[in-house]
This record gives sequence, C-alpha cells and structure tokens, in this order.
Amino acid sequence: MTQVTSLARSGLADFLIQRLSAVVLALYTLCLLSFFLVNDGLDHRQLVEFFGSASMRAFSVLAVLSTAAHGWVGLWTVGTDYIRPHYFGARAVVLRMAYQVGCALLLFIYVWWGIRLFWMLPG
Amino acid sequence: MQVSVYRYDPDVDEAPQMRDMSIDLPEGKELMVLDLLERLKEQDPSLSYRRSCREGVCGSDGINMNGLNGLACITPVSQVAKRGKLALRPLPGLPVIRDLVVDMSQFFDQFEKVRPYLINDQPPPAQERLQSPEERAELDGLYECILCGCCSTACPSFWWNPDKFVGPAGLLQAYRFLADSRDTASAERLRDLEDPFSVFRCRGIMNCVNVCPKGLNPTRAIGKIRGLLVRQGT
Ligand code: SF4
Ligand code: SF4
Ligand code: FES
Repeated sequence: MTQVTSLARSGLADFLIQRLSAVVLALYTLCLLSFFLVNDGLDHRQLVEFFGSASMRAFSVLAVLSTAAHGWVGLWTVGTDYIRPHYFGARAVVLRMAYQVGCALLLFIYVWWGIRLFWMLPG
Repeated sequence: MQVSVYRYDPDVDEAPQMRDMSIDLPEGKELMVLDLLERLKEQDPSLSYRRSCREGVCGSDGINMNGLNGLACITPVSQVAKRGKLALRPLPGLPVIRDLVVDMSQFFDQFEKVRPYLINDQPPPAQERLQSPEERAELDGLYECILCGCCSTACPSFWWNPDKFVGPAGLLQAYRFLADSRDTASAERLRDLEDPFSVFRCRGIMNCVNVCPKGLNPTRAIGKIRGLLVRQGT
C-alpha cells in the first residue's frame, strides 16, 4: 500500500508531528480562552488589535498549519485503516486516492483561507 | 447449559453459522471451557478445535468466549458464561480453517519479522554470555509470552492491517530483544520498526492487555519501543 502519501513517510516523524501540533493547538486554545475570559464585552476594535498583533498573527498561522498537519496524519491513518481491498475489493485504491485528494484539498483550503484571514487582517 | 458454537467446514458449508448445543454441567464441579469442548465433541465428533497441554502452557487453544479472547483450558466456564449461555467463536480477524481452528500464518509472519532471536556480532566467549541479575530482570514480563495470539486477534489495528502492523505479540517480542543486554542489533531492529505501520499503528486501546492469559502488558512494551525510537531519532 502507498506510504508515499504519509506526511513524513516515517512513522516516527508522523508521530512527533502529531504530538507537537497537538501541543501548539492546546497552547493556542488556552491563549484564546484566557483572552476571552479576562476581557469581557469586547468590541471589534479590541479584537482586531488582539489578533492583529505580530505575535498573534504568527501564532494563529502556526495554529492553522498545526491543524492541517495534525489533521493530515490522522485522516491518512483512518484512510489506510478502513479503505482497504479487504472491504472494497479492487476499488479500494481508487477510493483511497479520492479520499486522500479530498482531505488534502479541504486542508489546503483551510490553510489558504486561514493565512489570508490572519495575515491580511487590517492592523 | 446452552452453548452456541461457531461452525464452518469450507468443504461442506456455504457460510459459517452458529449452532446451538446443550449440555448438562456436573453439580458442584467447576469446568474449564476446554472440558466443555471435549464433552461437546463427544456429542458431535466433527467439532474441531486445537488443544495440547490443557494447562495454559502451549498456547494452542486460544478462542473467543462470549466475546473475550482467552485460553479455553484455563478459563472457568462460570467466568465467561452469562445467564447460562456461552458463545464460542474462533479468534477474530484470522482466516478460519474449520470451526474454531484459525490460520495463524499472518500472526507468525509478523512474529518472524521482528527477528525473535538473539543477535550478537561479538565473538562468543568460552563459556556463556553473562547477564547481571538486574539485566536479566529487564526481560521479566516479556519472555513469558506463549504466542497464543489472543492479544493480536483482539487488536483492531491488527484486524485492519494484519500484513503491516506487527501487532502486540510481535512487538512484545521485539522489545524482549531490544531490552536484552546481550543483543547488539538494537539500532537495526529500531530502524526496521520506524515506518508508519509496524509500531505506530498501535492506538493504545489496550485490548491486548485486557485479554493476555499470561497477564503480560504489550502496550507498555510498545510504549518503550516508541521511547527508544524517539531517542534514537532525535
Ligand atoms: S502476549 Fe499474551 S496474549 Fe499475546 S501472544 Fe503472548 S501470551 Fe498470548
Ligand atoms: S494497545 Fe496497541 S497493540 Fe494493544 S490492542 Fe491496542 S492498538 Fe493493539
Ligand atoms: S491447551 Fe495448551 S494452552 Fe490451552
């Protein structure tokens, strides 16, 4: 079965990427959570100020990239677990390719849209 | 007592089926599931299963009892029967040869893959390769495996990728030799396990630990292998 589509082609690297991206996402969630908890009744200007700062932009983009990497490793695993000739016969390879292209496209759109959103904020 | 047994003879049957048999249990005496099977076989001599030692040593009578894998010979009927009913099936996930007998080739192919023997490139000493008691203690909980296959056939990751995921039994043995102070092939062994399937398909569900009749813990061994891989790779 194709391993070319695995993110790093190494189980170890995939494993580390998944853990690392999880840490980034956890920190990002905490960061947002504490911001919203500490600041009550925010208006648009404050939000733009917060998300528009250089460090928050970088952090947000990092979080978007982490989501994509984390998602890809996970979705790839699910695909290679379940979309197999054992269940789908000869169609499995085509089905899995379609699934992987679909996932990749979706994640690519997330990244593209996320970067546009955060990087191009007026600030 | 009602016993429902998985029956399949590929020469005769179109498809496998569960067949009900009833049997009277002796009063005041605990039977093992294997004793039950022997009695059922007296009723129907065509019933097939593997057995040998009848004392939990050979690992040949791993079967699925009311949904739980285990050795028929050391599992008391009262422990697995529910409301006087017991369903006996072959170990899940492997091709069935007949009734409760499965084809273990995939299981042993994965076992072979981890090179389950000592590799040492040093010239052999005059007498023997010694270990300290502490070094020897590292192998406790690893060497006791009897290769019954209960763990790997309870593992979803092994069901999905039996050709690529080594499975808990094989990985326990992989770690048994990684942990052996006399083995000099650790680096190669780890390199062979580094791909996305061999070790990293383990999702830590611990079905393997739950069923091992020897009380071993493959998940912990897998965690140790991961740790070694991370240390070697970074
Ligand atoms: S680890 Fe336990 S369940 Fe698995 S093969 Fe060995 S003895 Fe059987
Ligand atoms: S812990 Fe790992 S090896 Fe054990 S049953 Fe779960 S996935 Fe399989
Ligand atoms: S017959 Fe040998 S382990 Fe059960």
